[in-house]
Amino acid sequence: MLAIRNLHVSVHGKEILKGVSLSIKSGEIHVVMGPNGSGKSTLAYALMGHKSYRISDTGYRISDSMSESSNISREVAVASITFDGKDLSELPTDARARLGLFLAFQSPVAIPGVSVGKFLRYLLKLKTSGFQKEEKAASWASSIKETVALNRRLDALAEKLSIKPELLNRSLNDNFSGGEKKKLEALQMLVVQPKIVIVDEIDTGLDVDALKVVAHAVKEVVKSGAGALIITHYQRILKYLHPDRVHVLIGGKLVRSGDAKLARRIEEKGYKEFASLH
Amino acid sequence: MPHYIKLAIIDKDRQLRFWEIFVNMGNSSSQTKYKYGFHEPERYVFKVKKGLNEHVVREISWQKKEPQWMRDKRLQALAFFQKRPLPSWGGNLKTINFDDMYYYIKPTENQSTSWDELPPEIRRTYDRIGIPEAEKKRLLGGVSAQYESEVVYKSIQTSLAKQGVIFLDMDSGLREYPELVRTYFGTIIPTNDNKFAALNTSVWSGGSFIYIPKGVHIKLPLQAYFRINAANMGQFERTLIIADEGSFVHYVEGCTAPIYTTDSLHSAVVEIVVKKGARVRYTTIQNWSNNVYNLVTKRMRVEEEGIGEWIDGNIGSKLTMKYPSCYLVGRRAHGEVLSIAYAEDGQHQDAGGKAIHLASETTSTITSKSISKGTGRTSYRGLLQIVKGAKKSKSKVVCDALLLDEHARSDTYPTMDIAEQHVQVEHEATVTKIGEEQLFYLTSRGLAEDEAAGMIVGGFIEPLVKELPLEYAVEMNRLIRLKMEGSVG
Repeated sequence: MLAIRNLHVSVHGKEILKGVSLSIKSGEIHVVMGPNGSGKSTLAYALMGHKSYRISDTGYRISDSMSESSNISREVAVASITFDGKDLSELPTDARARLGLFLAFQSPVAIPGVSVGKFLRYLLKLKTSGFQKEEKAASWASSIKETVALNRRLDALAEKLSIKPELLNRSLNDNFSGGEKKKLEALQMLVVQPKIVIVDEIDTGLDVDALKVVAHAVKEVVKSGAGALIITHYQRILKYLHPDRVHVLIGGKLVRSGDAKLARRIEEKGYKEFASLH
Repeated sequence: MPHYIKLAIIDKDRQLRFWEIFVNMGNSSSQTKYKYGFHEPERYVFKVKKGLNEHVVREISWQKKEPQWMRDKRLQALAFFQKRPLPSWGGNLKTINFDDMYYYIKPTENQSTSWDELPPEIRRTYDRIGIPEAEKKRLLGGVSAQYESEVVYKSIQTSLAKQGVIFLDMDSGLREYPELVRTYFGTIIPTNDNKFAALNTSVWSGGSFIYIPKGVHIKLPLQAYFRINAANMGQFERTLIIADEGSFVHYVEGCTAPIYTTDSLHSAVVEIVVKKGARVRYTTIQNWSNNVYNLVTKRMRVEEEGIGEWIDGNIGSKLTMKYPSCYLVGRRAHGEVLSIAYAEDGQHQDAGGKAIHLASETTSTITSKSISKGTGRTSYRGLLQIVKGAKKSKSKVVCDALLLDEHARSDTYPTMDIAEQHVQVEHEATVTKIGEEQLFYLTSRGLAEDEAAGMIVGGFIEPLVKELPLEYAVEMNRLIRLKMEGSVG
């Protein structure tokens, strides 16, 4: 379970998130909605541990006596990100990934010369070997058999997401369309089988078919026990995903939380009514 | 798939130690199976004193029992070398002490060495390339030598000889085919072409001599690996390849494993003649230890409808200055240079390529990829020349530089001299910094930072690696991963 308490995050010295608290349990889908510039992507990057997104000191301190006597005030005041009880805030990105966090990027960066197929096989190997380095992961004798099995699994997953096989031969995210990028993020998610998925701007630049595919992939990992944090500007995605909780992020704070109805209200009336709340 | 590992060390006592190991990763059972062939280390002593003068050059020629014309050529070259100033461009050459250097070594019978005598960084690399501990002892202890590679070499020689192919070290080539050597030696790179070509001509030793008869296609790459003596590993090796009409050969030299030497200067000359309709591909992977000045002149003359290709990887050395060139002298001749350079702390790779279009409808491609890490510096230096009358010629030059650190440096010095109007010329250059966003993306998938950096760099050099013979490609990828370890974070 992911628990975020009183999270303050600065980017290049400017505070963007000003105390966000949120808990996501296994099997839950949470949606964070908000207008542009409200800090949605900052939340995603900070959770994944991007170096430029610094968790800032909140300045709140509580005395020992207070913390002993009042657990409630402690939870509110002390900033933390924990996952299954482990403190994430000091962990580098790769360690967070190994614990089970996964970020599906809004616009994933291109890695020229690294083929999608090779990369996915690498991820699968990494995953199946418990994140040992690749060369230690497999002995020569087993690797051909293993590679064949890996390829079969990848092909099956790609087909499930209606990803063209040719895509696997191209360089990672290099000259991909918006839809191809998102589908590949979804495919990686299925390969990695994370415990927490964070999907940044899920429906930006996506046609309906691709959106359905991505939503389906999210549902699948949630069904197998993952928690999901879906970050979106629009509520279009909610036709295909049914959130347990909807949160409205404005000016770096969660100003309102509710169920799926909240999303519908935003769709009708926009963010204006929440603007005064932060 | 045989996997070759070569190790050559010239230590401070001027003993050249040279091992060649080939690991055959068979798959006959479910168990990994290794077979080793190796060579007992050879030991060399010199007869010639430090420094370079007429006496030294005469001594070398006398030791080799060369014909008079070669001795005269050497002496003439010496005069050119002494007269010419150091190049004022490229890297810093002022620190080379030409007097504090040996110019010739000669083999002896003695041998003895141990794994522990190797410098630690070399031992580490070999550990990582994957020679098991027990095998290292066996290899170096000289127990029950199997000389398998010698057997392989001999069977290859027999099959080549049947087709009329000559594949010898240059000294033997001169002895056995003096007229052929005399016809071509120094015709592609004249004695006075540049200071270091002159130096090589005056003191050359070793290298390969290859002749491919008309219409003969050699399917497997010819590897300098199969040359089982130190002749190929000299400081001043001289290679001459003649591909007669319609023939094909792919020659491969060097290896990804670091070559440690206390000699601070490596100055080779490679001359290649590509006759009408022939094709020659010459692949080099070099990883000299970082005290070495690597100053090499490589040139091909490509005749009508011939194809000449250089694939040139420079990983090691203190300073490399190397610009493989294609002189396209016949109609529709094609030249190709694919160059990769990797420079880390204290290294300067000044590399690139030249294409000289001297006939109509000639085409060329120069692709340069460089990686700079730490305080490493890479420079692309290239020349594209199209003379008047070389109509309908086409050329494309692409230089991509990847910087891994703030202090890394990369420059490009492209020169274009186009005297003909009806031509098509493209030039592209990019400089990329290894992106924080790329690292973040890959680490968010669970890759450690150095693994991520290795993957990004591996992707960057992929266009070159995919042109390498398989065992080199495997080694190259491993080496890059190794180089990236602890490089970031």
